[in-house]
Amino acid sequence: MTESPAESPKVFRRHHLLALVPLLALLFAPYIANRLEPRILGLPFLLGWIVVWVLLTSVVMFVILRLDGDAPDVDSFDADQ
Amino acid sequence: MTLEQWSVGGRGFGTVFVFLLLAGEIYTTFTFLGGSGWAYGRGAPAFYIITYGTIAYIMSYWLLPAIWRRANKWKVLSQPEFFATAYDSPLLGKLVALVSIAALIPYLVLQLKGLGIIMSEVSDGLVTSTAAIWIGTAATVVYVVLAGIKGSALNAALKDILVLVAVVGLGIALPYAHFGGIGAMFDRVIAANPTFLVVPETGQSQSWFISTVALTAMGFYMWPHTFGSIFSARDAKVFRRNAALMPLYQLILLFVFFVGFTALLVVPGLTGSDTDLSLLRIVRATYGPWVVGFVGAAGVLTALVPGSMILMSAATMLSRLIRPANTQSATGSLTLARALVPLVAGVALVFTFQGGSTLVTMLLMGYSMVTQLFPALMAVLWKGRAASANAAIAGIVAGELTVAALTLSKSTLATLLPSFPHAITDLNIGVVAMTLNVLAMLVVAAGSPRRSVGLQSVGNGVN
Repeated sequence: MTESPAESPKVFRRHHLLALVPLLALLFAPYIANRLEPRILGLPFLLGWIVVWVLLTSVVMFVILRLDGDAPDVDSFDADQ
Repeated sequence: MTLEQWSVGGRGFGTVFVFLLLAGEIYTTFTFLGGSGWAYGRGAPAFYIITYGTIAYIMSYWLLPAIWRRANKWKVLSQPEFFATAYDSPLLGKLVALVSIAALIPYLVLQLKGLGIIMSEVSDGLVTSTAAIWIGTAATVVYVVLAGIKGSALNAALKDILVLVAVVGLGIALPYAHFGGIGAMFDRVIAANPTFLVVPETGQSQSWFISTVALTAMGFYMWPHTFGSIFSARDAKVFRRNAALMPLYQLILLFVFFVGFTALLVVPGLTGSDTDLSLLRIVRATYGPWVVGFVGAAGVLTALVPGSMILMSAATMLSRLIRPANTQSATGSLTLARALVPLVAGVALVFTFQGGSTLVTMLLMGYSMVTQLFPALMAVLWKGRAASANAAIAGIVAGELTVAALTLSKSTLATLLPSFPHAITDLNIGVVAMTLNVLAMLVVAAGSPRRSVGLQSVGNGVN
């Protein structure tokens, strides 16, 4: 899943696209989830939606972190040096 | 101690310490008092506060390591130095410093005002607001001068523990005490006002929400003290781990909202800027002096800790403006920075004691001012040496002038474009400044001589 260190420095890998899912779910919450029902653990739906996606953000970022593993942390800056 | 150790801790901080530092800046009196105040006064639009922070954390996974690698290589100590080195332009560095210092003053004022409110409310008027502000400011100044950033990180840890206990405790206890549960509390809010907990059709509507979340997420790391905290990390992996952990920390805001909504039902009647008192009022109405004192202590720290980081950041930047990095001794610079701390605190005190609605205006200006630095950051991260300093300067100047003009004239898109549909007019006014900023950058970049050989694509100069 991760690029081998021998390849040119890459900041973005394909699995990073996963981060877009919670980002869009949160950014567009008032369009997607702007209602009171159904309640999520007592919370009105809009607030519940946001809370659930905040939790999922953490999950997604952990997944991305694991998938990146020990891949070198470089970008074009390091190539310039 | 060298200036480097005082301000960025010698660059040796690991995940936990950096987490505390970054988290320490987020929970300020704005969140403690303002978050519950917004829930009380505005309802669903307050949810933007949880949202923009989380989105900023997602961005941080890529953004912060990129900043750190450069800062580490260049050995820069502050945000202005970062920009100056990145663009090879001392002038840009000075511009960024001026913008940052100007934006920090209202932010510091907010913390000091919050301090005054908390101490006078909690002591039931025994400690006057004025006395509280003097005491708090003096304590902060002494602390910052002696300890520098390490002191702030430890204070942040203590603050976070107290705030966590206070906010989570109150967020659960208050709804249960008054209504028998959180769901029951929300039932009451919905019954009293069915549209309060969804984003309204006009005013702070969907387009307001999206534009505000986007703008504040961009501005999130552009505050100089936040940006400066990045430099203190031991390595870039620290930020990737924090990107995953910090969203969980945002959930504390949920409990702040619970307090605000419960307060709306129990101590109604607060309007305008008095909504900031909602958390303190309901605590006083529900509990005895021990709880009130504990909450007060947590609140005081939410003002002091960010306040100390702001002070330190402003003092360091000022010292570098006065006495550039390549001159004389490291300890001389440290002495100057320390001497400037009371000076900056003094300026903030002047504004704090003035009061009035102009402070809210100034704070909003502060946030929108630092957000204007974002395009220049993205340009240099993306294009490296090919990024044009003149374009960055033009963009920042255009953005800042727009922010100043719009805020001082109290314009909104509704007043500028009255016949447009509300989906447009509800947009956060910062969108205008950001657009002009980016346009100015593109125009000047197209006309500038190239800094290095290679393509300079004008069409998509930012990201």
